[in-house]
Amino acid sequence: MNYGNLIRIALRALNNNKFRGFLTMLGIIIGVASVIAMLAIGQGSKRSIREQISEMGSNMIMIHPGQGRFGGVRQSAADMETLKIRDYESIRREVRLIDNCSPSVNASGQVIYGANNSPTTMYGINRDYLDIRKLVVEKGEMFTDHDIATSAKVCVVGTTIVKELFTNGEDPLGKTIRFDKTPFRIIGVLESKGYNSMGQDQDDLILAPYTTVQKRILAITHLQGIYASAVTEEASEPAIEEISAILRQNHNLAADEEDDFNVRSQEELSSMLSSTTELMTVLLACIAGISLLVGGIGIMNIMYVSVTERTREIGLRMSIGAKGRHILFQFLIEAVIISVTGGIIGVLLGIGASMVIKYGIGWPVYIQLYSVVLSFLVCTITGIFFGWYPAQKASNLNPIDAIRYE
Amino acid sequence: MSNTIIKIVNLKRDFKVGSETVHALRGITFSIEEGEFVTIMGTSGSGKSTLLNILGCLDTPTSGDYFLDGISVREMGKNDRATLRNRKIGFVFQSYNLLPKTTALENVELPLLYNPSVSSRERREKAIRALEEVGLHDRINHRSNQMSGGQQQRVAIARAIVNDPVILLADEATGNLDTRTSFEILTLFQRLHDEGRTIIFVTHNPEIAQFSSRNIVLRDGHITEDKTNSSVASAKEVLATLPKENE
Repeated sequence: MNYGNLIRIALRALNNNKFRGFLTMLGIIIGVASVIAMLAIGQGSKRSIREQISEMGSNMIMIHPGQGRFGGVRQSAADMETLKIRDYESIRREVRLIDNCSPSVNASGQVIYGANNSPTTMYGINRDYLDIRKLVVEKGEMFTDHDIATSAKVCVVGTTIVKELFTNGEDPLGKTIRFDKTPFRIIGVLESKGYNSMGQDQDDLILAPYTTVQKRILAITHLQGIYASAVTEEASEPAIEEISAILRQNHNLAADEEDDFNVRSQEELSSMLSSTTELMTVLLACIAGISLLVGGIGIMNIMYVSVTERTREIGLRMSIGAKGRHILFQFLIEAVIISVTGGIIGVLLGIGASMVIKYGIGWPVYIQLYSVVLSFLVCTITGIFFGWYPAQKASNLNPIDAIRYE
Repeated sequence: MSNTIIKIVNLKRDFKVGSETVHALRGITFSIEEGEFVTIMGTSGSGKSTLLNILGCLDTPTSGDYFLDGISVREMGKNDRATLRNRKIGFVFQSYNLLPKTTALENVELPLLYNPSVSSRERREKAIRALEEVGLHDRINHRSNQMSGGQQQRVAIARAIVNDPVILLADEATGNLDTRTSFEILTLFQRLHDEGRTIIFVTHNPEIAQFSSRNIVLRDGHITEDKTNSSVASAKEVLATLPKENE
């Protein structure tokens, strides 16, 4: 048989029943579009949270002193003095899965310049800290290892500090500010990072050599924390294990003793924060799944009904010489055209709706290829199957019964 | 001597309804020659629909032989019968059975679409010629729902003759039409007959017999009467005596 003719027959049948074809398509269009849009919203919010977390630093590993006891009295973690420079040095030397490592000591206090003052936090760190926290020195430069070795009184400030202290637009570079009673010379200004997802101002900080903060401000010899970054996201977990092993060894902990430190990775933080969005994504996926199901049932119904109501037509076609497989092929082509066209329109509409949500409402939206492919395939396959199934039955009909069908 | 178009020998058709067997046709024998206009009459239940289905290769007999244009249909499979219907038979139904929302031309082209040996140009030409033959050359692009019953039946007749069949099978072709339109359609059938077509017209209306050249009467699955009509009445003349529609 000439398949060109059969395709022509199918196209004519579709062309003569545009409204029915459109109704059938509508189910597919809505099914596909809603799934794409909903998954895009879910993915979008998940990604936006992940982005905000990675802004805080890349593959960051945070080491803090843990709770400990002195003679049965539990101590608060902040009071513990278990982390030493020696720990930092051995981590830096021995752990291969990290590429950056910085000691950390913080001091809160008032920063003063001329008549202006502002409460802020001074972070005592080394140069690696910039990479770990994804900070960039915009103007001036970062302090050097020499500054660290000499406990130099130099600092790099965030833009909020500049705004608070240099109200008349003075250039902060080279100026000397006072933190508590200690003078610090500003040698660099950080690029602004804005607020993080928890509403903290990420520009309200002063960076100084950790040795300076230890000796001149806090007068301590221990560290309050150690920050490191793993070489890759996957390396975080093994890196944490290595770090733990080194610290336990350094601290002479017996096998049955608890860790006197805490090592946490950014993944833990992000998984904690994204559990809410995870829930939302699951919820949206459920709704999307249901709309896919409802769409599928709609497609099923209209396909089934449209073939059933065309029983007489099938009978007629058979009586004038159509074979069973001609009927089947015609309906299959119709179903494929309707389903694929509907699927494509649905994909476009879904992407369009996502864009409207993104730019119109301003929600974070991310369209994933798999959601497009999945919804398109599910809907078109449903459409084609439920076009094929009743057509299969119809093509086996006795033409006498079909043509007298009421 | 003219060709034998249809030859049936001791044709029987049984239906199983539950545990009972219904004998719809109980041994029928007749032949139809080329150029005959045969009416097959009978009340409902006489077996005329069953006979028509078998003649139209839609159904196969339980026993007996059926030769259409010299080809034995009895042993044929479904697909071969479909091809046979496509090439040798033209159907005209009581309820026209046109495709809805489809133009007259497309409806008439339909049988040729299932015949791959007909090119698209040939198909169009043949369809237009068939429509001209039934007097609808000015309705070629009208859709089926824009036409009257009589016009729709003309389209159906054009569709039936477009493949140049050896036999034209009409099943109560005037059953849904008013008297005047019925005679118009009968006139058309008579003209097609005059042009040499072989026509079988199945009906329960005894009036129609006088317009055919031969009348076969069925009752309870048997032929009770089979006679040639020597004085064929002219449907055209009757039509002239009927009042015009707009009067």
